[in-house]
Amino acid sequence: MNGKGKVEVTDICKTYRKDDMNVTSLSHVYLSVEEGRFVSIIGPSGCGKSTLFNIMAGLLLPTSGEVTADGKSIIGRAGYVGYMLQKDMLLPWRTIEDNIILGLEIRGVPKKEALARALPMMEKYGLKGFEKHHPEELSGGMRQRAALLRTLLYDRDIILLDEPFGALDAQTRLSMQNWLLEIWQDFGKTVLFVTHDIDEAIYLSDDIYVFSARPGSVRARITVPIPRPRTTEDMTSPKFMELKHELIGLLYDKNSGVQQSSREERRMRA
Amino acid sequence: MTNAGEKLCPAPDTVISKGEVRKKPETGKAVSIPARRILYDEETEKKVRRRHIRAGRLIVGAVLFGGWELLVRAGLLDSYYWSCPSAILKTTWQQLTTGTLWGDILYTSGATILGFLTGTFFGALLGLSFWWSKSYAGISEPYLIILNALPKLALGPVLVILFGIGFPSKVILAFLMTVITTALYAYSGVKSVDPAMETLMYSLGAKRRQVFAKVVVPWSLPWIISSLRVNIALALAGAIVGEFIASEHGVGRMVIYAGTILDINLVWVGVFVLSILSMVMYGGVVLLEKFLSKHLSNIHS
Repeated sequence: MNGKGKVEVTDICKTYRKDDMNVTSLSHVYLSVEEGRFVSIIGPSGCGKSTLFNIMAGLLLPTSGEVTADGKSIIGRAGYVGYMLQKDMLLPWRTIEDNIILGLEIRGVPKKEALARALPMMEKYGLKGFEKHHPEELSGGMRQRAALLRTLLYDRDIILLDEPFGALDAQTRLSMQNWLLEIWQDFGKTVLFVTHDIDEAIYLSDDIYVFSARPGSVRARITVPIPRPRTTEDMTSPKFMELKHELIGLLYDKNSGVQQSSREERRMRA
Repeated sequence: MTNAGEKLCPAPDTVISKGEVRKKPETGKAVSIPARRILYDEETEKKVRRRHIRAGRLIVGAVLFGGWELLVRAGLLDSYYWSCPSAILKTTWQQLTTGTLWGDILYTSGATILGFLTGTFFGALLGLSFWWSKSYAGISEPYLIILNALPKLALGPVLVILFGIGFPSKVILAFLMTVITTALYAYSGVKSVDPAMETLMYSLGAKRRQVFAKVVVPWSLPWIISSLRVNIALALAGAIVGEFIASEHGVGRMVIYAGTILDINLVWVGVFVLSILSMVMYGGVVLLEKFLSKHLSNIHS
């Protein structure tokens, strides 16, 4: 099982105590992500997607299970993967360029060298002219760009994106999605992307994992058959609609029997 | 007056000549928009109000001091207790030219500023240190609150016995007045740090000390800065009370001395000198605050 994918999540469970009760937020989660793929995770809110990301980023320990990257365990190892949180979390007292080089700075790269790496990227990916601005002067979309560039510049093969466009309006969102695809194609990173938005998941991903409600577990894995490069036209194609229909069915299917059996089946495969 | 004149005459010509012309869509006729005129009025109004406020302040001051002087001269206020502005000015001048007033001012402000700086600095360090351990912070918090409630001025006699009647006991009293408040301010800054920001730092592989230096300290700085204004007044009070208890120099000592020899004029001189000192130092702190806020963005790495 190990060693095949770039990232392997094996039988992860997470239980914590709250108000003297055991709450299970993740139950036997398996993921396998091949190198250079764009993989989305969708699921109802509270399905433990963010918990899973925190475990994969090494910020949280699972109750049981294993996460490997490049064949090595990364449980409890912070900083091995690039992680972009829901909120942009730009430090308000720093300029945009100083925010973007934060990861390099923490690693001890001299500021001059870090800036020399950051500035061409800012220029290429739409932040030219904002270098000396402070975050509060930027729009939501621009701030997300800065946050993503910060993650990219941290230079990890694997990047986790937790609903990065959740707070943006529909139009900004679309342009940000295209921008993200452009970056992904340029850098060839392995991306894991959490979203609530089915359209977004289909438009961006190679594979989509559908999570069940709490306790979160993988209900299905679906490969998106739409070839790249994709355009906004694809969003209204029959293939797209068909897939969307299927995903809605999976997401809102309350029939626990189906859920149970698919889980059993998956566990058998594993 | 200008307001009235403009009400009488809306002067659309001048408006049109300034290019403020819009066409009404239905009729195609030119219509002047009076928006500019309203804006102008607002500005004038503000200017006039500002002038009124300034004049009003001067008048209140003049009435207070003039009235004081007149009432004393007319014999309605006893000059023995109340002194009067002219006598106070005269005594001040004497003290400045022939007395030790300059030295006293220097002594009091020196103790205040030293106590203020050290108190703020160590208070901030103490408050920030609570970030490192929740248990340490939890254990310390009630004691901090008790110390804050404790009337530190009442400790004055003990401090004088401990540290003597010289300069150090005044500085220490000013220090004690400021250190706990600053610690409490800094601690509330530390408590308000966005946990997601810490998560971000850890996800970038940061060590705890890096999170502290790059997030916790800059985040808490505005809290520490806001303690400055309170602190300067507290430090001055500490220094004065220190001089009250036992001292050879300082404006506070001068006031106490003047009181014991019933030189009421000199007491008033002390009161005025201290209020001016307080205002000057407050002004200095406001400037310091502005400077720090402006350069806040540069305080990192």
